[in-house]
Amino acid sequence: MITYLDAIRSAMDEALGRDPRVFLYGQDIGSFGGAFKATKGLAKKYPGRVMDAPLSEDAIVGIAIGAAIEGMRPIVEMQFADFSTCGFNQIVNHAATLFYRTEVSCPIVVRLPSGGSPGGGPFHSQSMEGLYAQYPGLVVMTPGTVEDAYSMLLDAVTIDDPVIFCEHKFLYNHLRAEELPKETTPIGKARIVRHGRDVTVVTYSAMVHESLAAADELREDGYQVEVVDLRTVKPLDTDTVLASVARTGRLLCVSESFPWGGVSAEVIARVTSEGFGLLDAPPQRLSAKDTPVPYHPNLWSSHRPTANAIASALRRLLEM
Amino acid sequence: MSSDRGRETAPRTEYLKAYRVMLMARVLEEKLSSLYRAGHIKGGVFLGRGQEALSVSVGINLRKGDIYAPLIRDQAGRMAFGDTALDTLRTYLGSQLGSMRGRDGNIHRGRPREGYYAMISHLGAMIPTVTGALLARRFRGETGVVGATCIGDGGTSTGAFHEGLNAAAVEKLPLIMVVANNQYAYSTPNDRQYACADLLDKAAGYGVAGHDVDGTDLGACLEVLGKAVAAARAGGGPQLIVGRLLRLVGHGEHDDASYVDPALKASHVGRDCLKVAEDYIVENGWATPEEIASWRVEAKSEVDVTAAKVLREPAPDPNEEEWMAISETRLQDNFAA
Repeated sequence: MITYLDAIRSAMDEALGRDPRVFLYGQDIGSFGGAFKATKGLAKKYPGRVMDAPLSEDAIVGIAIGAAIEGMRPIVEMQFADFSTCGFNQIVNHAATLFYRTEVSCPIVVRLPSGGSPGGGPFHSQSMEGLYAQYPGLVVMTPGTVEDAYSMLLDAVTIDDPVIFCEHKFLYNHLRAEELPKETTPIGKARIVRHGRDVTVVTYSAMVHESLAAADELREDGYQVEVVDLRTVKPLDTDTVLASVARTGRLLCVSESFPWGGVSAEVIARVTSEGFGLLDAPPQRLSAKDTPVPYHPNLWSSHRPTANAIASALRRLLEM
Repeated sequence: MSSDRGRETAPRTEYLKAYRVMLMARVLEEKLSSLYRAGHIKGGVFLGRGQEALSVSVGINLRKGDIYAPLIRDQAGRMAFGDTALDTLRTYLGSQLGSMRGRDGNIHRGRPREGYYAMISHLGAMIPTVTGALLARRFRGETGVVGATCIGDGGTSTGAFHEGLNAAAVEKLPLIMVVANNQYAYSTPNDRQYACADLLDKAAGYGVAGHDVDGTDLGACLEVLGKAVAAARAGGGPQLIVGRLLRLVGHGEHDDASYVDPALKASHVGRDCLKVAEDYIVENGWATPEEIASWRVEAKSEVDVTAAKVLREPAPDPNEEEWMAISETRLQDNFAA
């Protein structure tokens, strides 16, 4: 069996093997193999190309940008997505503006171990895809399956623009697949992971699985829930979302990030402005609570949307 | 640490070449100032007056294949590295034909493919960037290249300065880190900027070689930069150079610099490096004051002709603009109009 984490490691292994321009840089990723062991064994297999960085997120991203300008294909690991705020300037002001300003592209991949896990607390649990998607010049990926974790990371390395790769920590060891995929869905295309006729859930990353569990629950009530996995939040596949809403007439957006603005707000804005006539009820969203992510599992498990909370939200929406 | 040993060693040809670039940069900036006052320049204008000797000494010591990420007051260094009056004017005036095509302006210009990086405004950011570029060169097995980047006294307080210099030191990369200690970061004087005795102390803190230089003295700057660049090229790791000088203008042309302490202006650091270099040339009999005056006329004429040409060039057209922030068109987000 292959876990989500194995898939990420396999993608980096393959990228390093395929292309001598690829190198890995980040804190503790060398012989230690990374805080989550995403790079385990790679330093030994690719001597000199999997490098421990000082504790300096600004420098880590800046170094990736400089190396990319000179033709390399760096993959950098932010130990936790939360820590990328210390490299925020380089990501949004430098990497994201480089092509528009100079016509020189910036093929870097910034890996963000994202999302909550029990005991993670306020500084090791954040989901930052909405924040990065706000900035022109970045591609933001949020894989929710083992297969996507693998194929999308491999794609990310070949993309000539900066990619923010939001991989979910909670999925690292929870999610398993029989094998790595041979065929892949193109980047920028959403995937309908479950077909349904009554209501559409648009979501991504770990919330795909909570939404699928909620869909199972509603099946017992006789409802067919369609679940759309965005896969990348930027570019956002508005066409697939609109086509789904056209079938169901109802929309719930589910995201693990904070409620203010963000991916769900963007999806709802697009659907209401481009597909208002398709809607039979006001579009709804379910996000994390508007507080920092709490530490204790009792609090944490209610801070983010769960299958139960999603099922309740769906029932309310179906009654509207 | 090498000390400031003054003016005796720079050879005549190098000195004169550097002086001519300084003079061109000064004349060009005088034109930029006048275009700004006439309302032709939309954004800010930031001049390097008082910093030309240090700046030109960086650019002149770099070769094709090196990397250079200059700072806002580095017009002289930029020109020594190959930047032209034409592209400077095009960028400041927002010409469609400039290297930034009106998408970015003034001192943010560059040609990254040619090793001439286009800075962002967030000071210090280019230090890790150049460090990464040097790492890439090392991956490719290139030796003997250096990367130079510059900061002011204010920039040494930013995280990027510390993170970048530290990372370069850990990797023993050939980074030339030039600090123009021009006494003020915008209006903030040194005693509100840092509390260490000397900015050069930061070199020891990161395990990098440090060099102090009188930034008003072209000969000293050429000598110290020459030594530092050679040391980095030879594998000596990062080199921190701190030039002592005074910014002789405001932060930008919008700033009258009324906060500058008159005692500093009257002190050694307040000397105009261009005038100091001219006196040195004349004292040594390398040129007469008349020859220097004719060089200035020549520079002015070239700048005036170039400015007149650029003023007639097309501005960017929003209807022709591609409005693409990424290079891969297939990944362009499809917003509704």
